[in-house]
Amino acid sequence: MKPAPFEYYAPTSVSEVLELLNEHGYDAKILAGGQSLIPMMNFRLVQPAVLVDINKIPNLSYIKTHENGIRLGAMVRHTQAERDSLIKERVPLLHETMPQIATIQIRNRGTIGGSLAHADASAELVAVTTALEARFKIQNLEGERWVPASEFFVGLLMTSLEPEDMLVEIEIPDLPARSGWSLKEVARRPHDFALIGVAAVLTLDKKDRCQSAKLVYLSAGDGPLVAEEAAVLLQGQKISEDLIIAAAEKAATEEIDPGNDIHATADFRRHLANVLTRRALAEAYQRAKGGK
Amino acid sequence: MENTITVSVTVNGTPYQRSVDPRTLLSDFLRNDLELTGTHVGCEHGVCGACTVLLDGEAVRSCLLFAPQVDGHEIITVEGLGTLDNLHPLQEAFREAHALQCGFCTPGILTTLVPYLEENPNPTEEEIREAISGNLCRCTGYQHIIDAVKLAAEKTDP
Repeated sequence: MKPAPFEYYAPTSVSEVLELLNEHGYDAKILAGGQSLIPMMNFRLVQPAVLVDINKIPNLSYIKTHENGIRLGAMVRHTQAERDSLIKERVPLLHETMPQIATIQIRNRGTIGGSLAHADASAELVAVTTALEARFKIQNLEGERWVPASEFFVGLLMTSLEPEDMLVEIEIPDLPARSGWSLKEVARRPHDFALIGVAAVLTLDKKDRCQSAKLVYLSAGDGPLVAEEAAVLLQGQKISEDLIIAAAEKAATEEIDPGNDIHATADFRRHLANVLTRRALAEAYQRAKGGK
Repeated sequence: MENTITVSVTVNGTPYQRSVDPRTLLSDFLRNDLELTGTHVGCEHGVCGACTVLLDGEAVRSCLLFAPQVDGHEIITVEGLGTLDNLHPLQEAFREAHALQCGFCTPGILTTLVPYLEENPNPTEEEIREAISGNLCRCTGYQHIIDAVKLAAEKTDP
């Protein structure tokens, strides 16, 4: 269980990274926190010829406000985000999500940008940034572009990042007034991969009806799975227990596509999704009614 | 080796400099190059926690870092927690409460819990279980490990 040989670079600026990516293309891989990449290298599931370590670049670990939201440098580590007061105040869903991610040893090292670029469908951040309609800033030698989460995650461990691209920044907009949120998941042990999970965001109008709803599942398909039909059921309606039950049923039986494996059957995952969705919607609704 | 890189790192207060193949995992670097075999290697893919060390004071898995990445940084391994004559209070509590059977997971559990207890001096049993959820003990000795952590917490913060 040792990785294959590679050439190692530890550039100290983003422009140097972009030069290296441009030169080596598909042969190069960016090393951020390495908490998913290095296990895959140890198993030799991936054998990059060139490793570009971005840990020595200063100023990629900032958390700051920007207009109607916050912006995070790609190298913000999970524990840094977990302890950050700005995130707690402005993006409480992200704050609540952080401790549910992997074990403390992984969270001390893993980065938000790395988790998003890895795009594991069981990663909380993939579902949560989709639910929050985050945008990602991507740079290459040609320039930069902003990609919304809905277009960034394109499939199984796949993003819209090209070999010469680097994810440098994440923007998470503030939720509208009268919004509520929730993240519910079931894992066999705390901090282990979730068998299934759901991020819910609800916004109410002045008459307490659902103005918009977003349900995004993790471990329920090849990427973050958005239950669009369940959201349509909720939209424009007064939230009631019956409506929550109907929406959860719709998402869990008709929309998600969980797999069978040694840990759980697809049917069991659907059952969990149904229960978790009810809890998540109920919590999001309570929070939306009570303000923040 | 054609493709080597120099690593300068302080481990348990001692500065070291070695030339390594960049693919050398920190866990192997500590054990093979520095001959600090207290850090154990279990799964080598970030699940078992046996290889946990402190990188600039924070618990990390040394099998998920390459040696060149710790250049210029500070590492504490289990050897650096206490001395044979003067064990760390947590090590002392582990001995007193019989918190180890085969001892393979012990270095990783100690290095995980030392910074944890500094931040959370009075954890509940549930919190302790959660704090070591990234460390596997296959002797199924968790009960005594939890007793030891409670004991250490009581002694240092009565």
